[in-house]
Amino acid sequence: MEIQVRKEGSATIVAVSGKMDAVTAPDYEQRLRELLDQGAKTFVNDFSNLVYISSAGLRSILATAKALKSQDGALLFAGIKGPVKDVFEISGFGSLFQLHDTLDSALKSIG
Amino acid sequence: MEARIENLPAILRFAVDCADRLSWAKNRLANIELVIEEAVVNVCKYAYPEGDGAIEVSCHGDQNGLRIRITDTGQPFDLLSVADPDMNADVEERQIGGLGCFLIRTLADDVTCRREGNQNVLELTFLPGKKKADHADGG
Repeated sequence: MEIQVRKEGSATIVAVSGKMDAVTAPDYEQRLRELLDQGAKTFVNDFSNLVYISSAGLRSILATAKALKSQDGALLFAGIKGPVKDVFEISGFGSLFQLHDTLDSALKSIG
Repeated sequence: MEARIENLPAILRFAVDCADRLSWAKNRLANIELVIEEAVVNVCKYAYPEGDGAIEVSCHGDQNGLRIRITDTGQPFDLLSVADPDMNADVEERQIGGLGCFLIRTLADDVTCRREGNQNVLELTFLPGKKKADHADGG
């Protein structure tokens, strides 16, 4: 799994590629926790190159979302597809979060 | 093999190589990999609270399907008894646990879980042909 972070306006774009599994998910959670501690509040997860996610990844996302919620932050998702989208839908995460087909659409929704 | 998270990639490689020989659809293989990860992680995290222990994974695939058997000698555990997560809960209310067992039960065609002597025996079966979740990526 690789994580690339960049700022665009008020949004922090977190592009995650590869596999988010029980081995790698803690790295994602820790990285977002650090960004949150540095003051970032609006995150767009660009998952267009994420090919696999397990419940460990979902747990890290949920833990991050809970931490953000308490600080009035937001966690959006862009480009989810294939098996990752399947897992989001099956686990109910599709209705728990804002999912956008593209990064542009996610950024526009923030304004 | 020792039931440790750092051994997960090696266990998954073994199981995915076995499943790959059946030439099933790519999404199906991803789901199989996911189910096996969830089952192995359960053993690594919960079977041996007081130290290390072993996990054994065996795999058999033919025209009738793929059967994965995972055994450990840790504390008794029946993943079929774990409650489903509350799908209607919002972010604040949603519980963090229970998702792994739910994914196993949802994505495998058959799951049996039993105690044999001092062993937990989990058998996962995947039948040939598509499950609903295998083609849910159309929109």
